[in-house]
Amino acid sequence: MTGVLLHAEHVTRRFGRFKAVDDVSMQVQPGEVVGLLGANGAGKTTLIRMLLGLIAATSGRVELLGGPPDRQRRRRLGYVPQGLGLYGDLTVRENLTFSARAYGAAEPLLPSALTRYAGVLIRDVPLGAQRQVAFLAALAHSPDVLVLDEPTSGVDVLAGASLWDTIRAQAEHGAGILVTTHYMQEAQQCDRLLLMADGRLVAEGSEADIVGSTTAVAVRTDNWAQAFAALDRAGAPVMLEGRAIRVANTDPAELAEVLKAAGIEASLQKVPATIEERMLILARGAKAS
Amino acid sequence: MNYSVRSATVRFGSTLALDDVTVEVPAGSVVAVVGGDGAGKSTLLRALAGEVRLESGTVEAPPRQRLGYLPASSGSWAALTVTQNIDFVAGIYGLAGDELTARRAELLDRASLTPAAGRLAAQLSGGMRRKLGFVMAIVHRPSLLILDEPSTGVDPVSRIDLWRLVSEAAASGTAVLMSTTYLDEAERAAHLVVLDSGRVLVQGSYDQVRAGFPGVVTQTSEPVREEWAWRRGRLRHEYWPGADPPPGAILAEPDLQDILIALSLARRHMVPS
Repeated sequence: MTGVLLHAEHVTRRFGRFKAVDDVSMQVQPGEVVGLLGANGAGKTTLIRMLLGLIAATSGRVELLGGPPDRQRRRRLGYVPQGLGLYGDLTVRENLTFSARAYGAAEPLLPSALTRYAGVLIRDVPLGAQRQVAFLAALAHSPDVLVLDEPTSGVDVLAGASLWDTIRAQAEHGAGILVTTHYMQEAQQCDRLLLMADGRLVAEGSEADIVGSTTAVAVRTDNWAQAFAALDRAGAPVMLEGRAIRVANTDPAELAEVLKAAGIEASLQKVPATIEERMLILARGAKAS
Repeated sequence: MNYSVRSATVRFGSTLALDDVTVEVPAGSVVAVVGGDGAGKSTLLRALAGEVRLESGTVEAPPRQRLGYLPASSGSWAALTVTQNIDFVAGIYGLAGDELTARRAELLDRASLTPAAGRLAAQLSGGMRRKLGFVMAIVHRPSLLILDEPSTGVDPVSRIDLWRLVSEAAASGTAVLMSTTYLDEAERAAHLVVLDSGRVLVQGSYDQVRAGFPGVVTQTSEPVREEWAWRRGRLRHEYWPGADPPPGAILAEPDLQDILIALSLARRHMVPS
């Protein structure tokens, strides 16, 4: 397989006067796992719906497998939405039969961990097992492109590891994979990350590229409870990390002053922000502007 | 004041939901419980809240009126507004008049819910609804706060808001026990408890858990023993419980995710002692 699998070029989508996606260009190549990050309302879902051909772009160009995302091309796509897209009142086996027939594919074999649920209604199966079933359904027709919405959210570590085994095996066979996620754990499994905020693509590359120059301050002190209260009263965006305090996107000198005024001794250290802190700051900025 | 569940065993029919579990929740601390579906997280929380009967073991918890509990389901009434939800719960604890007005305003502000005060709970986003549930659980200033997956399915901005609220509660002296499926939250807690099929796999501060981790993790593209390996990005990590990797293997610095996978694999592959 060669060629770009998913491609958006200067794509914009408006809903009335609201720009949900604003001039976004991105692509997914065969064999790579790309993470699409962003807070709720950043435009991730709208972008994906355009890439899948579920809604049209207001302007710009969208290509799936080298052409417009029509029915023929969508047959070569696998999609696992966050709601999983399974039928709660069908059994595990019936769900798989249904989706395999819809794609004209052979029905997938159930792995041993799932055989005991074969005749159980999906709504009575634990969430982790439901996720595995949704994957089996999406992979049965060997799609060239996989789009996954928070694929391992709420799944225990072993089940999560086995899902990533499956995802990586697809990439090694040449599929291109787009994963939308909020979470560090999932972002760290991707080859490349895209960060959206307020409809725009604001950063792209590695974890370090996404965090960019955003920093946080780690505050260490024996009086952590008082320090927390003092900084909180001063309006700083404080969080606890064990017994240490973290403050995103703040000047350490300002914090030192607040703590000094409260008579608290502390050591302050500037550290790189996390991906989530970066998303928080972007979301706050978008709201303020 | 320390609250605790000691040597707790809970059985539902033939299922052993908790198997000899001991967890302490000190005042002013956040204790996070992690584990997958069916690991026993909710049962542990409900045991401390006095909602399930123990087959054996003891529970030390404050009386009901000093306990705040956010269940895994939303914890608010869809047909009531944000204000009505808070006032209803506050009324149960005898909070009324100016005291209620002041407390409500303070909590709405801290949860960034003030603009949504008049909205029906049914019209809130998932993140806002969890924050409302949190506010309702702490309105009476409980000394023990139990939160069942407060952040599951919540967007990252609301998730940070929630963690800030949890931090504030702990900083003001409340004992907090919360369950989560997100390992970064567990790392941030003062003490983390990892449950696996009803048993404690490991517990302690993140540093203690790291320091006490037996064996080593190597990184490779070709694992020697497939059943001891898992994916991390393009590479695989492999666990050597006896710290005996082949010569020349590249050691990885295991993070919490590696540690949990390694310990879960060990529990499955080794004969239980």
